[in-house]
Amino acid sequence: MKRTEITRVQELIYELKIGEVMTKRVITVTPDTSMAEFREVLRINRISGTPVVENGRMVGIISLEDLIKALSEGDIESPVSDRMTRDVCTVSTHESAIEVVKILSQRGVGRLPVVNEHDNLVGIITQGDITHGLLKAIEVDYHAEEISRYRASHIFEDIVSDRTSLLLRYEVCPGDFNRGGEASSKIKRALTRLGADPQITRRVAIATYEAEMNIIIHTDSGGEIVAEIQPDQVSVRAVDHGPGIADVEQAMQPGFSLAPEWIREMGFGAGVGLNNVQKCADEMNLESTLGAGTRLQFTIYLQPGGEGRKGGQNETS
Amino acid sequence: MKLRDAVSSLNLGVASASDSLDQEITGGYASDLLSCVMARAQAGNVWVTLQSHPNIVAVASLLNLAGIIVTEGTRLEEATIEKANEEHIPVLTTSLTTFTVVSRLAAMGIQGVE
Repeated sequence: MKRTEITRVQELIYELKIGEVMTKRVITVTPDTSMAEFREVLRINRISGTPVVENGRMVGIISLEDLIKALSEGDIESPVSDRMTRDVCTVSTHESAIEVVKILSQRGVGRLPVVNEHDNLVGIITQGDITHGLLKAIEVDYHAEEISRYRASHIFEDIVSDRTSLLLRYEVCPGDFNRGGEASSKIKRALTRLGADPQITRRVAIATYEAEMNIIIHTDSGGEIVAEIQPDQVSVRAVDHGPGIADVEQAMQPGFSLAPEWIREMGFGAGVGLNNVQKCADEMNLESTLGAGTRLQFTIYLQPGGEGRKGGQNETS
Repeated sequence: MKLRDAVSSLNLGVASASDSLDQEITGGYASDLLSCVMARAQAGNVWVTLQSHPNIVAVASLLNLAGIIVTEGTRLEEATIEKANEEHIPVLTTSLTTFTVVSRLAAMGIQGVE
């Protein structure tokens, strides 16, 4: 683990471009600025050096070190132009961070002015900027790779049984629209961590969402969603205890909705929820008894292009 | 095209996840019916809708949508913004109508996914 992280930092230091990590707000002084004034510029801005610019053109660079020399020589009123370094090494925005690290250590300087392709001063870069940029890039990387780092896809190989499965149970409360989609989100995340194919994960998420919302919209006592993940398939059971569907066949018709008006105004109850489940699932079974409850069960195969008969969920209905 | 480009071009308000505007937009989808969105919208799509309740975030998160544009100046519920920040889903607001937003996005080259 540690080894790969080091490699990633090494990669990043080549990938990171100066333009991305440099400080863009550059504080400058003019050649006729006195060293005393320069000291104030450093103090106020909490910096340790600035480029010296005359009529938009950079003519030198002046640092804290130059100031200390001026102080020790009692020459604090001299202009910056007397003490600045005139032979300034610059870097361009598209060079990589590693170039700057090299130049900084070779020249023993703390900062380098950054110029664009027209040689205009566009920024300044220090070791600190690079460190900061690297840390930020690693953080972004970390977020992006978080899921894959925590992938648990080996769980089915590590734990051996004749038939291993992972059982995820979620309580679904009636009328709780604010938490609508929580169970499906968690199941989706679990599948992603297990390394399931994104398109198949999407189908599981859509079908589970519809089942979850049906319990939230239509039941008075809520229900339960149970996802059983096996190496080759996911089976989801959504079970509630009422009120039940009078005519299951009718409920399966696209556009048929039992949702009350206020729920439809929220955009639910379009009457295509069960059709969505059917389109996403490889197997589906809906049983309901009026007054007793509903049991929706569906299975989605996890191997892309394998047993599954559903290529995608975009076929028109 | 990035979500950020749509935000600046249509002058959209950014109500949540302002750190997640650099995603590429893969296409667009417009509907106020959540099940239709679930069935049709694709990962990376921008979704244009009038709905503003927290469940739109659940839908966008489940589908990995790039963001949601809530039209006609619909007031967002506090819970929607909170959830959207948690899930890193940019919710963008505008006083324009859905039709206008879609036509402008189309003019920028964002297409529907069939």
